[in-house]
Amino acid sequence: MVTNEKTPRTGRTRLAVAGARAGSVSVFGKSSPGERAGSVLFPAVLLLALTLALTGLASLLVWSFVKGYPRLDANLIFNAPSTLFPATAGFRPAILGTLYIIAGVIVLIVPLGVGAAIYLEEYANRERWYNRLIELNIQNLAGVPSIVFGILGLAFIVRGPLDLGFIAASASITLALLVLPTVILAAREAIRAVPPSIREGSLALGATQWQTLSRQVLPASTPGILTGVILAISRAIGEAAPLLMIGAVTFVMFDPSFFSGGYTALPVQIYNYAVRPQEEFRNLAAAGIIVMLAVLLLMNSFAVWLRNRYEQRW
Amino acid sequence: MHNWRSKAIITVAVPVLAITAAACGESGGTEGGGQELSGNILIDGSSTVAPLSEGAAELFMGQNPGVKITVGTAGTGGGFEKFCNGETDISDASRPIEAEETKLCDKNGVKTEQIAVANDALTVMVHKDNPVDCITTEQLKQIWEPGSKLKSWSEIDGLKPAYDEKLELYGPGTDSGTFDYFTEAINGEEGAQRTDYNNIGENDNAGITGVSGSKGGMFYGGYSYYAENKDKVKALEIDGGNGCVEPTIETVQDGSYKPLGRELYIYPAEKSMERPEVKSFVQFYVDNANKVAEAAGFISLTGQQLSESKDAIAKLTS
Repeated sequence: MVTNEKTPRTGRTRLAVAGARAGSVSVFGKSSPGERAGSVLFPAVLLLALTLALTGLASLLVWSFVKGYPRLDANLIFNAPSTLFPATAGFRPAILGTLYIIAGVIVLIVPLGVGAAIYLEEYANRERWYNRLIELNIQNLAGVPSIVFGILGLAFIVRGPLDLGFIAASASITLALLVLPTVILAAREAIRAVPPSIREGSLALGATQWQTLSRQVLPASTPGILTGVILAISRAIGEAAPLLMIGAVTFVMFDPSFFSGGYTALPVQIYNYAVRPQEEFRNLAAAGIIVMLAVLLLMNSFAVWLRNRYEQRW
Repeated sequence: MHNWRSKAIITVAVPVLAITAAACGESGGTEGGGQELSGNILIDGSSTVAPLSEGAAELFMGQNPGVKITVGTAGTGGGFEKFCNGETDISDASRPIEAEETKLCDKNGVKTEQIAVANDALTVMVHKDNPVDCITTEQLKQIWEPGSKLKSWSEIDGLKPAYDEKLELYGPGTDSGTFDYFTEAINGEEGAQRTDYNNIGENDNAGITGVSGSKGGMFYGGYSYYAENKDKVKALEIDGGNGCVEPTIETVQDGSYKPLGRELYIYPAEKSMERPEVKSFVQFYVDNANKVAEAAGFISLTGQQLSESKDAIAKLTS
């Protein structure tokens, strides 16, 4: 992230802070016992909250690994699902489906999200009612349950005006709408965090607004925008409810394509296996969770690598 | 190790299946004039029936690599909604099509026939330590009817032996065909049921977990969930007026497990049946229905049911 307000704490600054603090304490007296207890308790509460959250995540991961471990082999990645041969069944069409859908989501959300953020931050006049309405709506949309987007996708993208049918492209568009608010909000924050001095300096040197944007503001805010994209992808990849609504089927044995035919995605396939009566399928679902995590980590580590490349400090 | 049985069934059934399927495929191929089948077949509907359709599709695609079959699990009602909209070729259903759904189909010119592919027994499951062995449909109604205030097993009229535990009810979600069927058969009206039960949605395993951990638990679900968990839960015998009947393959097939024995169906669209790949898949499905049913943990059709299903196909293709 861009750090224009916080200065890195070196040994010198730490010494200076400690010295100033000692001075203040000697003049105004020590803080009351209650306040001192508070300064110990507060971090403890924070630590407890963090531990609780991490314990939940860790237990889920351990459970998935223990249950899915016997099934962690190449079949899991390269084989198609099977109802008759659960011992060698895999997730190949689901992995491909998820990759296609997420690739489509990225292609849609990056230009749309960044474009909307640039408009709202750099061009929109906040005095106008319609700009305030757009802002309010984007913030509200970020909190709408995903199934609502599923219904929207079914009515307007799969059927209705767009009439694309039950294909992976419809899923990409629906999920892109779902995560777009996340990207817009993150991109706005990133653009806002670019110091005004950079903008003003660029304009003062005679650059046009477009030149300032494309050569100064956007490169500087790229890491923040990429963080937003990572968050958005992480959310989109785990969504099952809207996909079920817009026709991700649970059983596809062949490799899917983006613009035609049936498709499935990892969360849908995992859910389908998890509710089967046979133990073999439930183990397969656990193994599928590990596959999904691996896919997510791969995608995100690429984005993190990109972000680090563009990271810069002033 | 409790699932060694299902493993045994699958390990025995699958090679048998593969061999017979291969044999059928050869004869099927000659019937089709040696033509290579291709195209997409879209199946959607009940999640209960999906394992059957998936098994049949898997075998069929093994012989006809040009055909791409997908199976969705939108639920019986959700499946018919798409089917009657002309969006799928075959609808899976765990209950017969309803008048309202037929109306929608008629409006859009979708014609279909009901084809039974397997039998199932809605099984009432309780905790292993529960001393009760048999329950009448009247008593079930007393427990599950809308507005029922029953809190304990001891409040059920005429239940033997006496059992004093708190009732903990688990049931499937309201989109499920299982819910529709049970409420119709027991409470007399589809969709009518008390609302203060643990709604497990489509995840029947949650019902098994719930009942195996609660002494007063009761859960109703498909037979395959009971068959896979016989070491964890106990099935109650059902008295529908003619004495207590245990849910078994025999009692379901001879019709004595009443009123909770049910058939599972597929509904192919007449228009889709004009395509050679759909027609030959549906025929293949019914020809192999019993083998697939056994491999997937369902109860196979009787000879009479099979011939009725074949008649229905003939009606669709004539």
